Amino acid sequence: MNNAVKNRIKDNAFKYFGIACTSFGLLMLAIFIGNILIEGLARIDWDFITNFPSRNPDKAGILPALVGTLWIMGLTAIIAIPLGVSAGIYLEEYGRKNRLAKILEINISNLAGVPSIIYGLLGLEIFGRIMGMGGSLLAGASTLSLLILPVIIVSTREALKAVPKSIKEASFAMGASKWQTIWHQLLPASFGGVITGIILALSRAIGETAPLIVIGALAYVPFVPASPTDEFSVLPIQIFNWISRPQKGFAINAASAIIILLLVTFVLNGIAMYLRNRWQRKVRW
Amino acid sequence: MDKLEAKNVNVFYGLNKVINDVSISIKPNSVTAFIGPSGCGKSTFLRLFNRMNDYIDIFKMEGKVEIDGKNIYDKAIRVEELRKKVGMVFQKPNPFPKTIYENIVYGLRIQGIKDKNILDETVEKSLKQAALWEEVKDKLKNSALALSGGQQQRLCIARTLAVEPTVILMDEPASALDPISSAKVEELIYELKNNYTIVIVTHNMQQAARVSDTTAFFYMGELIEHDSTKIIFTNPKNERTQNYVTGRFG
Ligand SMILES: Nc1ncnc2c1ncn2[C@@H]1O[C@H](COP(=O)(O)OP(=O)(O)OP(=O)(O)O)[C@@H](O)[C@H]1O
Ligand SMILES: [Mg+2]
Repeated sequence: MNNAVKNRIKDNAFKYFGIACTSFGLLMLAIFIGNILIEGLARIDWDFITNFPSRNPDKAGILPALVGTLWIMGLTAIIAIPLGVSAGIYLEEYGRKNRLAKILEINISNLAGVPSIIYGLLGLEIFGRIMGMGGSLLAGASTLSLLILPVIIVSTREALKAVPKSIKEASFAMGASKWQTIWHQLLPASFGGVITGIILALSRAIGETAPLIVIGALAYVPFVPASPTDEFSVLPIQIFNWISRPQKGFAINAASAIIILLLVTFVLNGIAMYLRNRWQRKVRW
Repeated sequence: MDKLEAKNVNVFYGLNKVINDVSISIKPNSVTAFIGPSGCGKSTFLRLFNRMNDYIDIFKMEGKVEIDGKNIYDKAIRVEELRKKVGMVFQKPNPFPKTIYENIVYGLRIQGIKDKNILDETVEKSLKQAALWEEVKDKLKNSALALSGGQQQRLCIARTLAVEPTVILMDEPASALDPISSAKVEELIYELKNNYTIVIVTHNMQQAARVSDTTAFFYMGELIEHDSTKIIFTNPKNERTQNYVTGRFG
């Protein structure tokens, strides 16, 4: 057997191995989603969306948790986007490229890998206790903002880095200041990447349970939160709560709530994909 | 008075000295060609005149660079103001990923000019100056990236003209273009010299001979010879210049 044949066999072997691995992942996901759909789809109706939690599984609904999730998303976005994008711009365009910057950079990447429950403890102490926010939406959103800030910062920097240097040079050569160059050239050109990072970060926040439980989000909320200082629940906590009940009815409710949660996540990801494609078509080098 | 003047300039990248005691004066409304082998410091020296080297962390300069008799490395000089007077065209066409129109008016917009009449007039005038108007006048709202390479380069020239500089620096502006586009850019340079002081870096000897009034030959960070283009190409004083322009090394 000569070398070329050997190489081809190896090549093919790896190809099929890769296909097998990919199919395994996809298969598991399909089984999971199929299972959830079979169990939960029938239970979803308008009442399920608009009802409050209840001791009776057939009457229980997700309204407070769903509204809580939307509140948390909105507040987290308002806090984390300006902070994260500004920090990313600063680090990439203004920060000096010295050792301190290197250390900072490594630490920000590391922060993205810190277990979320640690953020919960941090949030509990700083926002809940010291700043007196208690278990409010604001405390929850602030905590989640901390959690996703590293992701937004890193993806903003990556997006800015991807803009060709020649564009920056051209702008400077035209007499633009640094800020004008960032505002008129770099941000529009990297918008797709920045927005993708933001949405992926937000869809991570949407599924977080642990840090919110730590700061004191409630499992049973008999009211719809109406202001950032209200206490709240979110979908993942509601799901967790239902799953831990013994009755079969609650297990079904949990499956249905998972479908809603997945739906919200898919919509977010869909928007991210749409925006990215749109922008990439407009900006080509 | 001389338009551009460098006096005893040294440039370092870190510990590496890449420009060694260069002095040169350049007359207004003339075209000067910088020639010399790759890596001899032409681009570095050119970019001193609009301070584009300032962005390189390890860049250090000694000596004086003057425009209209003013030291442009003085602390009181604002680089943004300087660059409105000293435009630059790069080797690779680098239009902004925006419309043709927005590319041209960019320099005005960042100066805060909003008057639509002024902007419209500038677009037409600059594109006509850059001999591009006829080709693009019906698609000003199209993306500049859809233009051909040669058109893009003329757009970049038009964009530079729009802010009415007095000096235009060009770093191998035609080297990435096909022969026809290249000829068009040359023609353009020839016409612009009535109103602008132009410095052009080129590796193309014929091009240098065709477009420039004076030619400066650089070698290993030193200015070997600067004289009228005719003399440099027919009867240079320095042997190395002679060897280079006749293609014996380089
Ligand atoms: N950003 C930089 N950092 C460090 N050294 C640099 C940098 N830019 C250029 N140099 C060095 O400075 C010297 C002069 O470079 P420069 O680009 O000015 O040459 P050039 O004459 O324009 O060459 P070419 O004809 O290839 O464009 C070279 O030795 C180059 O390696
Ligand atoms: Mg060069």
